[in-house]
This record gives sequence, structure tokens and C-alpha cells, in this order.
Amino acid sequence: MFENLSLLTLQQYWWFLISLIGALFIFTTFVQGGQTLLYKIAKNEEERDVLVASLGRKWELAFTGLVMFGGALFAAFPLFYSVTFSGAYYVWMAILFCFIIQAVSYEYRKKPNNFLGKRTYETFLFINGSLGIILIGIVLGSLFTGGNFIKNDMNLSAWTLQTRGLEAILNPFNVVFGMTLFFLARVQSSLYFLNNIEHAKIELQTRLQLKNDSIFFVGFFVMLSIMLLIMSGFSYNNDSFYIEEYKFLSNFLAMPIFLILFLSGTIMVLYAIFISLFKGSKKGIWFSGFGTVFVVLSLLCILGFNNTAIYPSLSDIQSSLSIENSSGSHYSLSVMSYVSLMVPIVLGYIIVVWRAMDKTKITSEEIQADKHHY
Amino acid sequence: MDNSLLVELSRGQFALTALYHWLFVPLTLGLSFIIAIMETIYVKTGNPEWKKITKFWMGLFAINFAIGVATGIIMEFEFGTNWSNYSWIVGDLFGAPLAIEGLMAFFMESTFFAVMFFGWDKVSKKAHLLSTWLVAIGSNLSALWILLANGWMQHPVGMKFNVDSARFEMTNFFDLVFNPTAVSKFLHTISSGYVMGSLFVVGISSWYLLKKRDVLFAKRSIIVAASFGLITSIFLITTGDESAHEVALKQPLKLAAMEGLYEGEKRAGIVAIGQLNTKKEIGDTSQDEFIWKIEIPYALSFLGYRDFNAFVPGINELVYGSKEHNIEPVSVKMTKGKIALNALRTYKDTKKIGNKEGAKIALKEFRMYEKYLGYGYLKDPKQIVPPIGITFYSFHIMVGLGSWFTALFLLMLYFSMVGKIETKKLLLRSALFSIPLGYIAGETGWIVAEVGRQPWAIQDMLPVGIATSQLDTNAVIITMSLFTVVFTALLIAEIKIMLTQIKIGYKED
Repeated sequence: MFENLSLLTLQQYWWFLISLIGALFIFTTFVQGGQTLLYKIAKNEEERDVLVASLGRKWELAFTGLVMFGGALFAAFPLFYSVTFSGAYYVWMAILFCFIIQAVSYEYRKKPNNFLGKRTYETFLFINGSLGIILIGIVLGSLFTGGNFIKNDMNLSAWTLQTRGLEAILNPFNVVFGMTLFFLARVQSSLYFLNNIEHAKIELQTRLQLKNDSIFFVGFFVMLSIMLLIMSGFSYNNDSFYIEEYKFLSNFLAMPIFLILFLSGTIMVLYAIFISLFKGSKKGIWFSGFGTVFVVLSLLCILGFNNTAIYPSLSDIQSSLSIENSSGSHYSLSVMSYVSLMVPIVLGYIIVVWRAMDKTKITSEEIQADKHHY
Repeated sequence: MDNSLLVELSRGQFALTALYHWLFVPLTLGLSFIIAIMETIYVKTGNPEWKKITKFWMGLFAINFAIGVATGIIMEFEFGTNWSNYSWIVGDLFGAPLAIEGLMAFFMESTFFAVMFFGWDKVSKKAHLLSTWLVAIGSNLSALWILLANGWMQHPVGMKFNVDSARFEMTNFFDLVFNPTAVSKFLHTISSGYVMGSLFVVGISSWYLLKKRDVLFAKRSIIVAASFGLITSIFLITTGDESAHEVALKQPLKLAAMEGLYEGEKRAGIVAIGQLNTKKEIGDTSQDEFIWKIEIPYALSFLGYRDFNAFVPGINELVYGSKEHNIEPVSVKMTKGKIALNALRTYKDTKKIGNKEGAKIALKEFRMYEKYLGYGYLKDPKQIVPPIGITFYSFHIMVGLGSWFTALFLLMLYFSMVGKIETKKLLLRSALFSIPLGYIAGETGWIVAEVGRQPWAIQDMLPVGIATSQLDTNAVIITMSLFTVVFTALLIAEIKIMLTQIKIGYKED
């Protein structure tokens, strides 16, 4: 089946899959958003325990999503993986440290004799939810704005700046991307808390927090959208790269399906915020969840398709990477495509399991009764 | 440009993160099955005591699992950050198992882990039991794919070098999956995890017996863990034998280093214990290999090649060659490797200027010598010899400890069955002190596997010096220092929490 597809079709299939994994990962960063709100929404220890328990049951999904995103990139686009991770070394290492400290924090936070103290683990969670997500946004932004690398005819790469990726922090588009993801994560976490927790005080405080974060999110998202639509991008033709004005606007117009996806996703997120703020709804997370996946999926797809560089080189334009010059071989992509047929199965059992687990909302009584709670 | 410091630092960072990660993985692999067995007994018997026993060990499992996840994430990304040339050159083969690991194993582990811990009152008894088993299976599936990838590095198969993209590309996925080196490595490694899990349960339960508390809980735990440990430690020895046989066939220099064998011989014996002569140099025949040693005659020939009379090549034959045994000198392989590298360069250059005939000739020459490609990067034949001392001692410590664990489980099980386990204080103390020995055995095993294949990142194909990212050494020093500080802090936290939970004990559940 897959072996009969052309190499380009396989490359496109894999870029779409990676975009979907990336979009699902961004959706699951509501966990990170919630970690930054532990002292905003919760007014006492009992409320904080409820928030941590609610997030603690889902944190591994986001964590695994990031690992999966990295693994799929390695398998399908090894040159892209090799250039970006070694090139933007400091930024990626900082992101990884943010996730390392998250992984122990839920389990160790309330344990007696935990060496670093409860507040340290809560600070770890805050760092993961704030710095970790902003840096991920900056890295994603840099895929649109480019990196300072060169590669030789053996496809071995080198970074031309000693700052090794830290320079991406100075690019306004990247920063706006990071801030948008940060506030999106907070908005989504509030929507998640409303849906997952049965607690009157927490609900009241969450709605107030949602209002504040929504204003910032909408502001940054509008800025991001405008910057994206007016910015130039790198195109290629027969392996030769050149700069094209309004590249991503052109891509939206050339591939209207992604424009529709982007607009419908945006409307869904805004609708989720609206019904949660003004209609007292608790189901906003479902709309914002699908909306987030649609928007991020469309953004990553306009980055990868229509002869666009998925990682422009600012040091040597012809070193830029596309899905065509950085992918695995035809055979390898075919094999991996068969493996990808497991994706619906994996998504299926995750949905079934969490439907069963979330059938009853988390309450303060349940958490206090459970001696193994986070 | 000499990048030897960068290579050593990059290796050091990878070794540091891998060794830390491996402090936690074996316990996850083993304890997950022991917990699943305990919960199965609970579901079968309906005895709530077994539920309490299960939940106690599950609590310790979670403490260990969290730090295992924390130290694991860096492993995947480090291939990209610190070994970018490697990621490109072999990413077409190496990336696939990693992605499959994520899809097949990590989601299974993370999803059912949540059910295992928070689903006691949310799903049915059987659904909960299934979740516990799926966590164990998921952990082991994860080990399967990463070890298939590692096995491929020890014995690369199912690939071809693509001169246009200048990388190795996959030609047969099933060669990679059924690579005998990888399969034996997987089985040996997971069984070491099962043994570690058993040692952990047996050791801690022994502490309870020594303290005369929670006696019934401890005895029940010992019965389950010692039975599991005995079976898996026998399996560990069997798979270890198969793994060493694979090393003899595919990585003879590693075997020679493991045994401190400088001069090859027929009917070679295995050194059971010995002290290497540090004055002995490669190529020097005037010095003895050992200051003293106790040897089991014929054993190395038989275990390595399944033939008591087989010739086992030593370091000197493997470096300088042997006409009698048809072993090519490394210097000749280096010459051929350099021809392959030059042919590749010529191919690229002639193709760029449109000289099709020149490219065709260069390609033909490349194909003739491509199997020596990796040797073309070497500067000195002696470079192919891994550090002998650390490989030899690590191997012997691992084997010695592995044998002790089998005896320990046998004794623990026997005295448990005859009802005398509480009276055997020395045995109980030995079991307790065997917990750190289990960790030492696991770490030394990895040292043998990884130090023993130096200088290769991919055996015979890609030396570590070519595989590394072109980073500033300060960048690696900074991140390695941070890893040391963060991982050490988390390790201290993990140990303190674990010890506190053990002291609190199962009655407080």
C-alpha cells in the first residue's frame, strides 16, 4: 500500500502526521498552563491539592506528546532533527530541563522527607509551565523565521552563531509565538478545570482567571496572526531556495483547506471562551481543544507544504531545509507509514480510558480520602 | 581540527545521562511485573491483604518511575543535540525504532499508569488488573525498541549507504527487528531488570524481617519476588551466554577486551577472576597479560564459538592481523576505508560538475571498499581497541554478581518454603545488601556494552569522532554540569522519599 506511493506523497503524509502530533501536544499543554495557576486559582492548600490532582492525572500525556513529536521527527525527517536540535542547542536543552524537573514534581511534591521541599517542586511546575512553554513557542516560531545554520554537500550541519539558538529569543515573531502558546495553555487549563473539578470556589476563581488570561491570549493571537500573514518566507523550486513575500498568506490562499481549518479553529477557541465566561458552560475545553488542534495543525501544514522551507537558513539560504531535502528514505517512510496505522488505536484507547476515568468529577473529598494523591 | 575533547565530553555527557537513567529503568521493568503478579493473586483470591501488598510496592514503583521518566526524556533528544551527524548518517534506521517506541510503548505506559494509580475505585477490578499488566508490558515494549536500536549499533544490518544523501538507509526493516545481536541484547537486558526488581523486593522485605515487623507481608513478598527472581536470573545467565556468543561473532575485539586476551589461542579458557598487568601494551609480547588469574580451561572457546577447540582471536591478532587465521590487519582496512572515503568525495565532486563517467567510476570504487568506510576515519590501528581495564573488570563484576543473585534467590526461596527464612539473619542481611549490588551489576553491564564497542558509534561503520555535533566544548561542559547537579539532586530526593516510605511501611497504607 504505502510502498506504492511516491516519495513526495510519503513526505507530505509524514509532515501532516507530525503536524497532528504537534497540534495534539499543544492541546495537552493545558497541563502546563494549569501549573502556572496553582497560586492564582487556589487560595489555600486544600484547593491547590485538588488542582494538582486534576493536572497530575494528565501530565504524562503532554510529556509523552513531546517525546513522540521528537521521535517522529527523528524517524521521518532526520536531517531536520539533526540540524535543529544540535543547532538551537541551548534552547532545546533549556526546554528539556524544564520537562525533567516537571516529571518528578507531581510524585515528590507532597511526599514526606522529599529533600527539596514542597515549594521547590511547585516552582519546578511553574517553570515547566511558563519558561518551558514559552521556549517551545519560540522554537516553533523559529521554524517560520529561520535559524543560523549551514550544511555541506554531505548534509553535515554547523551553527554559525555561538549563542546556539538563544538568538531566537530576540525575534519578535518568535516571542509573540511563545507568549501566545503560554496564554493559550492558561486559557485551556481554566477550561479544563471547569470541566474536570467539582468545587464551587475553584469554579468561581477559575472563571475570573479565565477572563484575565483570555484578554492576553486574544491580544497575542491577533498579533501573531497579523505578523504571520505579512511576513516573508522561504520558498523553493527545484531544490533552489528564495525569499517570497507574504509567503504564508499565499500558502493559506493556495491551500484554502488550511485557511478554513485555521479560521474554524480560531472561532471554536473564541466560542469556548465565550460560553465559559458568559454562559456558565463547563464544556468549553472540548471546543477549545478541537479548535487548538485545528489552528496548530493548519499552521504547521502551511509551514511544510506548497514548496515552503520548514527550517530556513539565515546563514546560507541554500542550506535551508524542506520536507523534500530532509526526510528519511522512501523505504523507511513506507515502513513507518504502516506503523502509523496504530495512531487511531492509540488515540482510541486513550479516549476510552479517560472517558472511564473522568466519568466522575474530582472533588476535594476524594482527594482528601486518597492517601496516595499528588 | 582536533575535536577529541569535544568527543570525550559528548561521550561523557551521554554516559552520565545513560547511567543515571539506568539506575531507574531496571526497577521499573522488574517491579512492574512483580506488582502485576501480586495484583493477579489479589484478584484471584479476593484477599484484601494482597491488595495492600500490591499498593505498597506500587507506591515505591511510582517514586522510581517518576525519576526514570525525568532522566529518560534527555536520552531521546541527546541524539539530536550532541550527536547530530550520527542522527543524520543513521537516522533513517535509528529513528524508526525510537518513534515506534513512543507510539507503541510510551502512550500505553502513561495512559494505564494513571488508571493503575487513580483508577482503583473508578474502573472494575479486572480492568484495573489489565491496566497494571499493560503498564508492565508497555515498559518492556519500550525496552524492546530502544534495545533493538542499540543492538543495531553493535551489529548494523538491513541497510545500504546512499552516496547521494551521504547516509545509511534502511533496506530491510525485519533484518533490524530480528537482528540476533539485538534480540539477545534485549532478552539479556530485560531479564537483568526482572532480577533487579526481585532483588529490590526481596531485599526490602528482608529488612522488615530483620526488624521483626510486617512479617506476613514480608514473607509473602519474598515468595513472589524470589520465585520471579530465580526464574529470571536463570534466564539472565542463559541470555548472557547468548549475548556473549553474539559478541564473539560480531565484536571480537570487545570479547578480547572483556577477557583481557592479548594473544589469541585455541582451546582458550575463561578468566574467572584475575588482575590485569597494566604494563602490558598492545603488540608487546614480552609481558604477561595478568599478574595472577584463575582460569576455567576451554570455556571461552566453547562459550564464544560453541566449540572447545575453537581459536579465539586476541587483541594483537585483531589489530595486526593473522594470515594463519585469515584476519586482516587494521592498517589494511584503514587504507581501504580511505579509498572508500576518497571515492565518495570524488563521486560528489564529479557529479556536481556533470561528469557522469567520472562519477560512475568513483561509485564503482566506493562500492568495492564501502564496508571499510568507518576505518577510513581512523588515524592509528590501535584506536580500534576499547579501554581494556574498565571493560575487563566491569564484565567480571557483572558476571560474578549475576551468579550470586541466582544463589541468593534459590536460598531465599528454599528457606521461605521450609518456613525458616526469619531465622536466617545472615541471608536476610545479604539480601538487603544485594540491592546496591544489583544496580552495580546493571551499570557495569552497560559499561561493557558501550565502552567495549569503542571507538565505534556504529560498529565498523561510524567512529564516535565523526558522529558528534559540532558544538563548542563549553556548551557541553555547561549542560553536563547542569545534568550532574539536577540528576544528583533528584536522586537524593528519590532515595530519601523511598527510604521514608519503606520506614513508614505497609501498615500505614
